[in-house]
Amino acid sequence: MTTEARTLEANAGGHGHDDHGGAAHGSLKSYLIGFGLSVVLTAVPFWLVMTGTITDKQVTALIVLVLAAVQIVVHMVYFLHMNTRSENGWTMMAMIFTVIMVVIALTGSLWVMHHLNVNMMPIHDMSQMP
Amino acid sequence: MTVATVSTQSSEPVFHVIDEHAHPEGASTMLGFWIYLMSDCLIFAMLFATYGVLGGNYAAGPAPKDLFDLKLVALNTTMLLLSSITYGFAMLTMEKSKIGATQAWLAITGLFGLAFLGIELTEFAHMIHEGATPQRSAFLSSFFTLVGTHGLHVTFGLVWLVTLMVQTARFGLTEANRRRLMCLSMFWHFLDVVWIGVFTFVYLLGMLR
Repeated sequence: MTTEARTLEANAGGHGHDDHGGAAHGSLKSYLIGFGLSVVLTAVPFWLVMTGTITDKQVTALIVLVLAAVQIVVHMVYFLHMNTRSENGWTMMAMIFTVIMVVIALTGSLWVMHHLNVNMMPIHDMSQMP
Repeated sequence: MTVATVSTQSSEPVFHVIDEHAHPEGASTMLGFWIYLMSDCLIFAMLFATYGVLGGNYAAGPAPKDLFDLKLVALNTTMLLLSSITYGFAMLTMEKSKIGATQAWLAITGLFGLAFLGIELTEFAHMIHEGATPQRSAFLSSFFTLVGTHGLHVTFGLVWLVTLMVQTARFGLTEANRRRLMCLSMFWHFLDVVWIGVFTFVYLLGMLR
């Protein structure tokens, strides 16, 4: 960075690398690493489903879900610059809280509704009736 | 501001600073916007849960295999991923105070976002033309609500992007404009994160169902 750029940055309100726990910034390298990982993590599940390389659908679904979870973490770290230090750890705290809420809501809804479907709506097979 | 004079003797009165120390303008904007994004995340979680519950109820109508074209979805995903990295480049050039390059990267991001929306609307129009309207089955209702809400977010992101490009053109990369561009950056990358959930849960797992 040139001196001129530094002065410009200082004039713009000192939006540099403050150690006061502000929002984190990315670098060209981190963006490119994140992009490369994202391309691989997107291409592999699409390829798996489109070609049907693995015949077992449940195994394919499991791999696709794991790759999606990894890609979400990659985006969080490399694009949203998630770390434990930014804003003195409060962004991480907010995210952990949200993840807990999301997990409770998703697993709870799916679990309860699945059991409702299984237990409350029996399929009457009239041919078996006496 | 009140000045504290702390005495060691208990008989002396003790003074504390009661005023909160001054924060620079916009110091808490990033944290506040992050908390907004987390609440938005909860909205999408509810819509995903709804789709998870209702996604198998076709009402003897079309199923994901009859409707989805994975090549189109892959193209759409590419558009959104490319728009994410170009927004990243816009942020990098913004930090170097290169206003022209920042505007150019923002414009490219906008075009990729527009391409994403165009492809999505083409897909929707095709589905509705085939009779797969939101009214057809619970699966289609929850599908259009989830994917439509994401598309609506991208639309508002584009409106915001154009607004900030005009702001930057008129007033330059001021401290306020930098802060706004950083908020939109988080919003844009967040939408890409949500899209990972959409193409995985709705499209890929839908084709495997």
